[in-house]
Amino acid sequence: MNRDAYEAVIGLEVHTHLLTRSKLFCGCSTEFGKGPNENVCPVCMGMPGVLPVLNRRAVELAVRTGIAAHCEIAPRSIFDRKSYFYPDLPKNYQISQYETPICKGGYIELPGDGNPRRIRLVRIHLEEDAGKNIHEADSSLVDFNRSGVPLVEIVSEPDIRSAEEAGAYLRELRNILRYIGASDGRMEEGSFRCDVNVSVRRKGSSELGVKTEIKNLNSFRFVEKAIEHEVARQIDLLESGGKVMQETHLWDPIREETRPMRSKEFANDYRYFPEPDLPPLVVPPEMVEEVARTMPELPAAKRVRYADDYGLNDYEVGVLTAERETADYFEAVLPGLNNPRTAANWVMTEVLRAANESGRSIAEAAPPASEVGALLRMVEESKISLNAAKTAFAAMCKSRKPAAAVVEEMGLAQVSDESAIAAACDKVIAAEPGKVAQFRGGRDKLFGFFVGQVMKAMGGKANPKVVNEILKKKLAG
Amino acid sequence: MALLARLSLAPDEEERIRANMDEILAYIDKLNELDTREVEPTAQVGDPGMPMRDDVVTNRPDPEGMLANAPASERGYFKVPKIIE
Amino acid sequence: MASSSDLNRLTISEAAERLRRREISAVELTRACLDRIAAVDSRLNAFITVTADEALVQARTADKRLAGGDAPAMCGIPLAIKDIFCTRGVRTTCASKILENFVPPFDSTVIAKLREEGAVFLGKTNMDEFAMGSSTENSAFGPTMNPYDLGRVAGGSSGGSAAAVAADECLASLGTDTGGSIREPASFCGVVGIKPTYSRVSRYGVVAYASSLDQVGPFAKSVRDAAMVLRAVAGQDPMDSTCSARPVPDYVGALTGDVRDLHIGVPREYFVEGMQPEVEQAVRAALRHYESMGARTIEISLPHSSYAIACYYIVATAEASANLARYDGVRYGLRASAEDNIALNERTREQGFGAEVKRRIMLGTFALSAGYYDAYYLKAMKVRTLIRRDFERAFEQCDVIVTPVAPTTAFRLGEKMSDPLTMYLSDIFTISVNLAGLPGLSVPCGYDSDGLPIGMQIIGPQFSEETVLRAGDAFERSGAVASRRPAL
Repeated sequence: MNRDAYEAVIGLEVHTHLLTRSKLFCGCSTEFGKGPNENVCPVCMGMPGVLPVLNRRAVELAVRTGIAAHCEIAPRSIFDRKSYFYPDLPKNYQISQYETPICKGGYIELPGDGNPRRIRLVRIHLEEDAGKNIHEADSSLVDFNRSGVPLVEIVSEPDIRSAEEAGAYLRELRNILRYIGASDGRMEEGSFRCDVNVSVRRKGSSELGVKTEIKNLNSFRFVEKAIEHEVARQIDLLESGGKVMQETHLWDPIREETRPMRSKEFANDYRYFPEPDLPPLVVPPEMVEEVARTMPELPAAKRVRYADDYGLNDYEVGVLTAERETADYFEAVLPGLNNPRTAANWVMTEVLRAANESGRSIAEAAPPASEVGALLRMVEESKISLNAAKTAFAAMCKSRKPAAAVVEEMGLAQVSDESAIAAACDKVIAAEPGKVAQFRGGRDKLFGFFVGQVMKAMGGKANPKVVNEILKKKLAG
Repeated sequence: MALLARLSLAPDEEERIRANMDEILAYIDKLNELDTREVEPTAQVGDPGMPMRDDVVTNRPDPEGMLANAPASERGYFKVPKIIE
Repeated sequence: MASSSDLNRLTISEAAERLRRREISAVELTRACLDRIAAVDSRLNAFITVTADEALVQARTADKRLAGGDAPAMCGIPLAIKDIFCTRGVRTTCASKILENFVPPFDSTVIAKLREEGAVFLGKTNMDEFAMGSSTENSAFGPTMNPYDLGRVAGGSSGGSAAAVAADECLASLGTDTGGSIREPASFCGVVGIKPTYSRVSRYGVVAYASSLDQVGPFAKSVRDAAMVLRAVAGQDPMDSTCSARPVPDYVGALTGDVRDLHIGVPREYFVEGMQPEVEQAVRAALRHYESMGARTIEISLPHSSYAIACYYIVATAEASANLARYDGVRYGLRASAEDNIALNERTREQGFGAEVKRRIMLGTFALSAGYYDAYYLKAMKVRTLIRRDFERAFEQCDVIVTPVAPTTAFRLGEKMSDPLTMYLSDIFTISVNLAGLPGLSVPCGYDSDGLPIGMQIIGPQFSEETVLRAGDAFERSGAVASRRPAL
């Protein structure tokens, strides 16, 4: 079985909810977690005589997404009706975009050392979501709260070559969407959905093999597993003389395998035609410029800037830019500090740990970034030791008090007063004549012992640098 | 075609509709007398310009009202025969 | 004091005047209409639902407002509403079994507007099922009879609304027009009917048949009355993305009675073989009358006229096939019993839809299906452009176009039911107007030897309702035609 002779050709279709307050075509709330059919009106329920009216914010977010993905924004795009019958589709057609989507082309750059890899996009378009079905023993129950929620569909070219690359693409895409405030990317909650198209071909060939579509994937891990599973299945099939059929598979998360969908309901002719109830969507260049102007800095740009301006390495950059919240926090800690690395380290260790341990966001678990900045400035100015800062930080997380107040209250200020330190050194030296003799006799390692004793005598508050200097002098005789 | 339109037709009905369709389609074929290669299609005849809504929630929850016409419902949901994937 | 049996014969103008002077009350006016409905509707079948109690409540409220002075123009005026308009709390059936018990939880915009003005709603009128038809014979509630001859059709699809006005069951009514559904019944029933420019009036809450063709309009006893109702319902609607934002002119103020500046185009393609001779004579006589009033007539050509029906029956049925997909037994309306969802949809629609609706859904589905889209739907959209251009060119030479409304007067019940194509061909004069999105007014211009009304159609460029109404009003008030009430 020669799997290495083959390469996987993978394309991903992501559907994500846009972060709007109201639905795409009506004034119902998009708020998650309401009781069944509470966020529903005649429009999103498909009652007779209703008409769609477009949500401007959804258009702005779609344009933002297109700009972030380097797409061409169509000055004029059309909505189309996509017809199929399904209980959760109230009009039995979905308002989507077919021939002229709002964004075309574009690419997502995957973070990587040296050579960033680009995954090209085919298109991005706007469409409305359908309702949700719950399956009982002998019936299904339909809730239309989700019906009409705005979606963008992001379609990639089949440029992805491995399960790992697929995971990287999804993570970066989600990161970008969260950075620009277009989506919160919660895959497990259903606001970020991914379908995978997988085919294989012999390495070196430029023809595309027959592809399988895999649906029902609700985590990045499952996407990667499903791809690995399907690639192996297809290769084995071809190697044993079989042919890959164009099918749709469902991912079974319990068995961790794919199986073909039984239902013929999906063998559909969607009969697309332009939506007569909506005029063409015009996005003038001024609007695109305005959206581009108000875009937050994207992860890729931050990665470059952190490396170039702050001298941070790939790993550090990666951790700090993995979430917009982390990056924003880091940048808010920075002002006034001489060494950005201090801030970087602190955020990567103390702050993220506080958030992870408590299971909450950085904003909830850690003190305000400005206060952490103040704390670290005190360390830089030798007003407190690094250890003292850690103690202060833990207290600040609990009490939410400002850095200066906490340092004061807990008496963490570092002593740099040379006469006080000299006095402590004298005391220690006087108390350990034997060890002093040994040190002077050549046992250099004992220096640490003396430092420790001085620190103990000063309650840990002595400035270590000053202690070292003075002790060295005194021990030298 | 009937499946796409979700219309199940009784056999004699199907016969009649098929005959009607054939006649109508034959009549409609006369459109092919026209050369429309250089003609732009008209999808709409209203004023151009897409009015858009501000992103505000204007609807209040009214599940009873929305379910009032439901042929079958349960615990606030619309009830249908079990959907088979 | 006028006897209540006369009050229902008033026009809106007359009634509004007397209401304002407190000579009559809205309750008396409404009672007169309800009495008339009780007396004649069993023979006409113009109404599917009569809302007598609600109407009287509305009338009493209207009277209070009228007493306070400064009430809106339509306050206290009793209207009949085609059963295609969603009316909150009142069943809205579209003359279909599939919506027989559907009670909308909301009002269409147009109804909300009239409600706010204090109008009175007498009930919901009969129509062809889902507005698909030209005779109101495709109704699940039986046909509506023509008040001038109960053995003949009232026209369609807004037959009930037209007959109700002709029979003085109401002072005016609302209908919709997709291929002629206001103008043709207006012509058959001898009343005024106008289909405004596409996008002039909101479609929100109007059950959709063909979204790019449907338009709301009034039936009335005079052009002036029609102008009053149109003024009350026209205008921008934030719930309808296709509704125009243009301000609504004073349609009533435009009725100067003067047509000396008018150039009237007469399309040669509209005076064809197979037309009832008396229809042609009546329209030609009307044209001569216009000339005597100082207007000028000129022959024009609309060369693509013969392709309009084919074009319409693709565009309209394609849009309808999608618009009617929502009737599936899940959320409202009829539900058949079934063990799986495909059967649920199929059986519900099989039982709930009439033959004509099924035919058009099949045709529309076909026109959009893979492999046929280009040949049918796309082709039809291109032909539509050619038809629009015909009118644009014609209006370079004239201000309005005058044509017959239908090739015949009202035909007999059952006469055209055996062959759908024959029925479709009777739309020949009205259909292009919907495809081009133009305003079209139907004004009575005579009677045939059987005493059946003949209507004349006045077409204008987009948003030229003022001119079209002025032309119709001038003709009507010139006394060219002595109007006759049906002998019910």
